[in-house]
Amino acid sequence: MEPFTTHSGIAAPLIRINIDTDAIIPSREMKRVSKEGLGEGMFANWRYSDVATREENPDFVLNQAPFRQATILLTGVNFGCGSSREHAVWALKDFGIRAIIAPSFGSIFYGNCVRNGILPIRLAEDTVARLAELHEKTPEAKLAIDLPAQRVQDAQGGDWSFEIAAADKEMLLEGLDQIAMTLKHDDKIRAFMAGDRETRPWIYAQAQCHMN
Amino acid sequence: MAQTPANTRANSPAKTLAEKLWAQHTVTELDGGATLLYIDRVFLHERTGSIALKGLEAAGRKVREPGQVFCTMDHIVDTFPGRGDETRMPGGKDFIVTTRKAARAAGIHLFDIGDLNQGIVHVVSPEQGIALPGVTLVCPDSHTGTVGALGALAWGIGSTEAEHAMATKTLAVNPQKQMRVRFTGQLPFGVTAKDMVLALIGRHGAAGGVGYIVEFAGPAVEALEIEARFTLCNMAIEFGAFTGLIAPDEKTFSYVEGRPFAPKGAQWDAALAHWRELRSDADAQFDQEIVIDAASIAPQITWGTSPQHEIAVDGMIPDPAAETDTNRRKAMERALTYMDLDAGRPLAGTPIDAAFIGSCTNSRLSDLRAAAEVLRGRHVAEGIKAICVPGSSRVKAAAEAEGLDRVFTQAGFEWRESGCSMCFFAGGESFGRDERVITSTNRNFENRQGPGTRSHLASPTSVAASAIMGAITDVRTLARKDA
Ligand code: SF4
Repeated sequence: MEPFTTHSGIAAPLIRINIDTDAIIPSREMKRVSKEGLGEGMFANWRYSDVATREENPDFVLNQAPFRQATILLTGVNFGCGSSREHAVWALKDFGIRAIIAPSFGSIFYGNCVRNGILPIRLAEDTVARLAELHEKTPEAKLAIDLPAQRVQDAQGGDWSFEIAAADKEMLLEGLDQIAMTLKHDDKIRAFMAGDRETRPWIYAQAQCHMN
Repeated sequence: MAQTPANTRANSPAKTLAEKLWAQHTVTELDGGATLLYIDRVFLHERTGSIALKGLEAAGRKVREPGQVFCTMDHIVDTFPGRGDETRMPGGKDFIVTTRKAARAAGIHLFDIGDLNQGIVHVVSPEQGIALPGVTLVCPDSHTGTVGALGALAWGIGSTEAEHAMATKTLAVNPQKQMRVRFTGQLPFGVTAKDMVLALIGRHGAAGGVGYIVEFAGPAVEALEIEARFTLCNMAIEFGAFTGLIAPDEKTFSYVEGRPFAPKGAQWDAALAHWRELRSDADAQFDQEIVIDAASIAPQITWGTSPQHEIAVDGMIPDPAAETDTNRRKAMERALTYMDLDAGRPLAGTPIDAAFIGSCTNSRLSDLRAAAEVLRGRHVAEGIKAICVPGSSRVKAAAEAEGLDRVFTQAGFEWRESGCSMCFFAGGESFGRDERVITSTNRNFENRQGPGTRSHLASPTSVAASAIMGAITDVRTLARKDA
C-alpha cells in the first residue's frame, strides 16, 4: 500500500450529501474480479451523459479542467454510505484521489479508504463548504494536507486540524499491511481461541462436524 | 462512525448487550483505541468474496479456520427458472466460476447454484444456524447486521477486511457508541417491521445512526416474530448504524433450535445457558436513546432517493422550500426531479410500472405469506411488471409446499429462483429508465434498480396492494381483517 504522509493537490468540490457507493462506482462498472482499472467507471452515471459510449457530461465537476487532475475530493455529509463494495475506493484510487474531505463518512467506506492508502478527513460542514467555495473560485489553487500534523491548509492561509484514530494514522503513514500487523499478536489470538474452546465449545464443534 | 472514540461508559459496571458481546470477543486492546475482536464466522458471496479469497491466495496466505467460513452465490446469479452459471450480467459468469474455484481451493463451505441451501447471504446465514445468538459474524456486504436480530454482533466489512478476518480470525475494530431505539406500544393493523424502521429513518435521518451500534428494544420489538426482526436490523444500515441488534429471547431460541449448524445435545444446553445472559443490564447506559410509539406508525413509503425521503402512505410529498438546511434542500430537489414528483401532493395514487418483492429485507416465508394474503384471488393491474424472488431456495421450496407460488403466479407475479435479483442493478436484468417501481428492498438510491429507475421502498404487503391497484396504495384499504 502506498504510504500517505503529506500531499498537496487540486481539490474538486462535489458537495452533495449521502453520496453512496453505488454512485461512486455503479454495479455494472464492476466487470471483472479485479481491483484494477476501475477509475473509468468512477461516478459513471454522473460523469458520462451516455454511459455506453463514455460521452462526457460537461457539467460534471471532474470533467472540467483543472478538476480532471483532482487528487482531493471535497464532499458532503455521509460520503460513501450504502453498499460495502471496496470497489468504490479502488475506483477513486485508480482515478488518482488521495484524500477525501467530508463532514462524515459511511463507516465501512471509511475503513476501506484507510486500508487502501486514501486519507478520509472529517472537517466541520461549514469548513468544507468554505473550502468548496474557495476551490470553485480558484480551481488551480492547491490544498495541502499534512497527516503527521493532522492539518489541512488552503492557499489563502486557512488552516484546520482533523482527528484520526492512531491505528488508522499508523497504517496510512507506514503503508502497512494490516494482516502482518495483527499477526504480531498471534500468541494472544491462539490463547484466546484455546480459552474460548472451553467456554463456547459449540462454536467450534458445529461448523467442523458439517465439513464432511 | 467507526473512527469516533467513545468510551464514556467504560467505567460503568452495567453493560449494554453490544458491550457484552464486544468484551466476550476481545482478544486484546490495540494501541490507539481499536480492539482486536475475535471473529467467529465469515460469510462471503460471489460478488465481493471471490476477490477476498483471491487476494489471500495472491499474498500466499491461508484461511485459518475454513470450517468457519461460508460462501453463497446470490448477488449476480440469474433468477430465471432453470438457471446455471450463465447470467445476464456482462462478465458475471467469471465471478461465479472464480468464486467456486477459490472456495473449493480454500476448503470453505459453499452454497452453490442448484443447492437447496443457496440463497441471499443474510437469509441463508440464520436459516442454516450459522448466525447464532452471541456470535461475531462478518461479511463483505453492508447488510450483514440483519442477523443481529438473533443477538449476534454482525457487521459489514470491505474485501480487504474479509481477507484479514479469514487469515487471522480477528478484526481491529474502533469503538462504537451505543444507541437504543425503543418501540413502545402496539403496531396498528396493516403496519409491519419495515414501516417501523422506515419511520425511524424518516424521523431521525439516514445518518442518524452513524457511529452507533443500535439495539432495538421495547414491547413492539419483543412482539415481532424473528423474521420481522431481521427486517428491522437489516435497515439499521440504512439508518447509518455500524450495526443493529436485538436481545435474544425464547422466540429466538426456538427459531435457532434444530438448524443444521446450530448446537445439538449437551452443547445446545450449554449454549442456551450462555445465550440467556445476552441482554443489556437494566441500568445500562446508552449514548443515545430514541423512543417511538409504534401505535403512531402508518404504512410508510419513500418518495425520494434516500431512505430518509419517506412519509406515511397517506401523507403529502414534502416541500423542499420548507427545509432550512441547504444541502438537505438541494438533495430533496434533486430527488423530486429524479423521481418526477411534485412537492405538496399526495404520493398515494401515483401510477406505477412495476412491483418487486424480494431482497434480504423482505423475502422470507412470512413476508411471502403476508403478501400472498393480499394477492389471493386478485390480479395485478394491467401492464404492471410484478416479480417475486424468494430469499433462499429453502424459502422458495417452503412457499411452494404451501401453494404460495400459485397465489403469486395466478395474481400475475413472476415466481423466480432465489437471489438478490433486481434489488440492485449489476448490468444484467433491470427495471427500465423512468420506470416507477414499488419495492420491498432497502435502497432507493438513484439507478439502484436500473439506470434511471425510480424506486419506492415499502413493505411487501404495500407492494402487493400497489401492484393490484397499479398505483401507490395504502394497504389498509385492501387488507382483509377477516383473513
Ligand atoms: S438482497 Fe440486495 S441488499 Fe440484500 S444482499 Fe442482496 S443486493 Fe444486498
